Amino acid sequence: MVREEKISNRMDWITVLLYGIIVFWGWLNIFSVTYEENQFILDPSINSGRQLIFIGSSVAIIMFILIMDMRFYETFAWVIYGVIVFLCLVVVFTGHEVGGNQAWLRIGSFGFQPSEFAKFATALAVAKYASTVGFRMDQLRNQVRLFAIIGLPMFIILLQKDTGTALVFTAFVLVFYREGMSPFLILVGIGVAIIFILTLLVENEYILFAVIGGVWLTLILLGRKKRKRIMVLTATALMLMGTIKSVDFIFNNVLKEHQQKRIRVLLNPDLDQLGAGYHVYQSKVAIGSGGLSGKGFLKGTQTKLKFVPEQSTDFIFCTIGEEHGWIGSLMVILLFMALLFRVVYLAERQKSRFARVYGYCVACILFFHFTINIGMTIGLFPVIGIPLPFFSYGGSSLWGFTILLFILLKLDAHRLQVMNRG
Amino acid sequence: MNEGRKEIIQIVFVLVAVIFLLKLFVIQVIDRSYADLADTNAIRKEILYPVRGLITDRNGKLMVYNSPEYDLLIILKEVHYLDTARFCHVFDITPEQLRQQFDQLYTDIRNKRASELQPTPFIKQLSNRDFAKIQDHIDEFEGFYIQARTTRAYASSAVANAVGYVSEITRNQLTNDTTNFYRQGDYIGQSGLEAYYENYLRGTRGVRYLLRNKDGIIKGPYKNGRYDTLSVPGQDLTTTIDLDLQEYGTFLMNGKSGSIIAIEPGTGEILAMVSGPSYDPSMLTGRNYSSNFLLISNDTNKPLFNRPLMAQYRPGSIFKIAQAMVALQEGVLTPETRIQCNRSIIGCHGSHTNEDLRGAITHSCNPYFYNVLRRMLNKGISSDPFEDTRIGLAEWDKHIRSFGLGSPLGIDLPNEKGGLVPSPAYYDRAYRGRPWKFSNIYSIAIGEGENLVVPLQMANFAAIIANRGFYYTPHLVKSVGKSGLPLPRFQEKHYTTIDPKHFEVAVEAMERVVSQGTGQYRARLRDIVVCGKTGTVQNDPLPDHSVFIAFAPKDDPKIAVSVYVESAGQGARAAASIASLMIEKYLLGETQRPIIEDYVLKGQFLY
Repeated sequence: MVREEKISNRMDWITVLLYGIIVFWGWLNIFSVTYEENQFILDPSINSGRQLIFIGSSVAIIMFILIMDMRFYETFAWVIYGVIVFLCLVVVFTGHEVGGNQAWLRIGSFGFQPSEFAKFATALAVAKYASTVGFRMDQLRNQVRLFAIIGLPMFIILLQKDTGTALVFTAFVLVFYREGMSPFLILVGIGVAIIFILTLLVENEYILFAVIGGVWLTLILLGRKKRKRIMVLTATALMLMGTIKSVDFIFNNVLKEHQQKRIRVLLNPDLDQLGAGYHVYQSKVAIGSGGLSGKGFLKGTQTKLKFVPEQSTDFIFCTIGEEHGWIGSLMVILLFMALLFRVVYLAERQKSRFARVYGYCVACILFFHFTINIGMTIGLFPVIGIPLPFFSYGGSSLWGFTILLFILLKLDAHRLQVMNRG
Repeated sequence: MNEGRKEIIQIVFVLVAVIFLLKLFVIQVIDRSYADLADTNAIRKEILYPVRGLITDRNGKLMVYNSPEYDLLIILKEVHYLDTARFCHVFDITPEQLRQQFDQLYTDIRNKRASELQPTPFIKQLSNRDFAKIQDHIDEFEGFYIQARTTRAYASSAVANAVGYVSEITRNQLTNDTTNFYRQGDYIGQSGLEAYYENYLRGTRGVRYLLRNKDGIIKGPYKNGRYDTLSVPGQDLTTTIDLDLQEYGTFLMNGKSGSIIAIEPGTGEILAMVSGPSYDPSMLTGRNYSSNFLLISNDTNKPLFNRPLMAQYRPGSIFKIAQAMVALQEGVLTPETRIQCNRSIIGCHGSHTNEDLRGAITHSCNPYFYNVLRRMLNKGISSDPFEDTRIGLAEWDKHIRSFGLGSPLGIDLPNEKGGLVPSPAYYDRAYRGRPWKFSNIYSIAIGEGENLVVPLQMANFAAIIANRGFYYTPHLVKSVGKSGLPLPRFQEKHYTTIDPKHFEVAVEAMERVVSQGTGQYRARLRDIVVCGKTGTVQNDPLPDHSVFIAFAPKDDPKIAVSVYVESAGQGARAAASIASLMIEKYLLGETQRPIIEDYVLKGQFLY
């Protein structure tokens, strides 16, 4: 047995550094959001002071993760998954409502969101299942089970009325793709999304019907007139029309009113600047007013004067856009890109399937948050309330992402051991 | 099987990053409208209204000042619930009025003249007393706010027509305002000095930029007030009015229609300018402006009609002095020239037969001045009597106009009328090309006929005689702001075309009018030599207008007066009495002739 080196020598310090920069910058921004004259950044009565406490406790969590035996995570993946899913379920019945979501568990005066932890727990479970001996991603049975693994927490979180966090679990599909699942499902998903938006954009659905019919006829007339081909084309055309027909139903009956509004506003940004479009409008105004180099640290007016709602949490990117301008936005995006690429690199160099799949889960969850969060602040996605990883104010989200990332680093630090053990 | 999937995932990452950066570049760098939106979002521009300049009399006594008044503002978006019954009770309005106010508000919002998010005036011009009552209850009404501003207040009601009034700018005025200074809801001088000196009185607006948060709550100055400007108060006006004299004149004119103007001859400063009947200027401030304005403007006695400047009368006998001056200058007459009082062409009054110039003025001899005018107009320059009259009249017209007659003098008040001095061109128009000669137009000799003057011109005329041949344009403001000087054009001396030496004859004649004339005893003062001239202006079918001009003392005159009392009969009665009382009051500080005063006060001349 090879003598274990000190863990500090085997840690991936590049990731730690990126993590440190993002957390620190996020902390400065949280301070800036609520800044008033003569405020001290460490004052525990303001957000930045509290965030520092969260950061401090994150360091403790990191220590704990690193000290634990590396086998713990793989061994207890199902237990962790089970406990967290159970806690999520508890929240559904006993949780406190905050901002329309029933996602908070309160222990004394201390509240936290189990759903933030469900991400890494599900990642562990997915990795664990995927690393089963003889697992093949292209088997339908395995796919169904994996979808069940991510579907369960997703469903429970939907019950908490936290659509945003629930949607995060779709990020795992990208991991499945990496592990060998056919891209067909992803393409169908994208296709449905496009049809969905087209249907909402084009008032008269018969125009879409006519277009589909036209394409169908053209393809049949131009292509080979094989029976099977015609059958497939016809079936596809009918399915498309069926989807279009069902969009209205889904939009009006499945989506909640505020969700309908958010989507409508996305398609038509000027629809309701004081109502449903308020978030996005104010957010764009704040970011847009930053210009190339921004108004300077602590000098933003839009965020400071509270025009942008939820600016410490979901709309934290506005502060970057307003105070640091396009240059600052570029820096933030580059930082996240560097982190994502580093995580993918780490995932790829893992020797065990468990660690690799887990690494991809980390990358995909971070990527999903990054995309949806920034996309919503600049009006590219509907308003879905999920935080910007490591940046947004909030203990649960910071802890959740920290655990997510540092389990990977722990696994990475021991990657050679896995091989040694054979 | 999974070859290249890592790269595809990485490409997706980069793709999203690139799309974000492009979109960010568009909204942050290319499209600058967001920066403007951010400013309108966060910065509230607050207008700081300047305090309007004060108006004092010549001795520094306050005539017009500012008093606080309050507007009730509404932010409709903030009104979630309104107890209308309680509201009507507190603000003392009927439910019907309240409904109308809301209807108006909704209309304005629909027409984008108001916003439901911005404070909008709801009830304007609450008085101090209303405010005291409402103050305690304003918190009960969500979305309603009180805003203080100032309104005009008057220390004396005697100066109403001279000072004018201030009211909210009309839509017309707003459209015609090329300077872009005014905004809807601003107050502007509408008449009198308030209108004439508007640019000096109004001051300069200041502006304050405030940061506000999303609820509109002010969080402090924008950039520490770097772009703020203070409002500059309007300049104060020191008028030429002697408030005591003005009030006394108003007191004398009580129950009469007409005007009194008193001028300091040496400077052209107007000591008093009374228009009767007048109105109480405080009626045209505050909440009841509209209803009061209607009341005042519909009054058949026309209290808003500023008679000293706007009422045109025929000059009557006073005009004979001007005729005499012109004739002396033209050399067709000497002070010693005697002319028979031949009453076959033109009537006369009193018993006299063959007067010289002084006597003719004293007795106001009509045939004498008929003759004088004929000498002037028909000098025999042309053998054609028509052409001869034309040449003579052109000369005469030029002289008469040099007395400030026939066109507005240019007093510092709006709407001054100019009267009429007929010129050859005027008669051409009047006779529509048919020929005219002296025999057609001789009634102008005695101040009847086509001549028209306003009382101000007559007061100025008295000042010219007092000055022996010059005048300063009569004006009401002797100092604009702290300059200590009136407007430059009021510092210019205007000479008549008459040689000053000729005026002594007029002065002596006017002295004799008062000291020797039979009816003019009412104008006599014990220690002061008053020079005057009566005029009686025909006013069929009503009694004649009583007119009197005077100045005193004879040497180094301090005051020149013209008095018009409509339908009060002979000039020697009401007008002469009032003129002498004004002189007495001004020169001695008080009047000692209760009989004359009673005579004036008891006369009822309103028809």
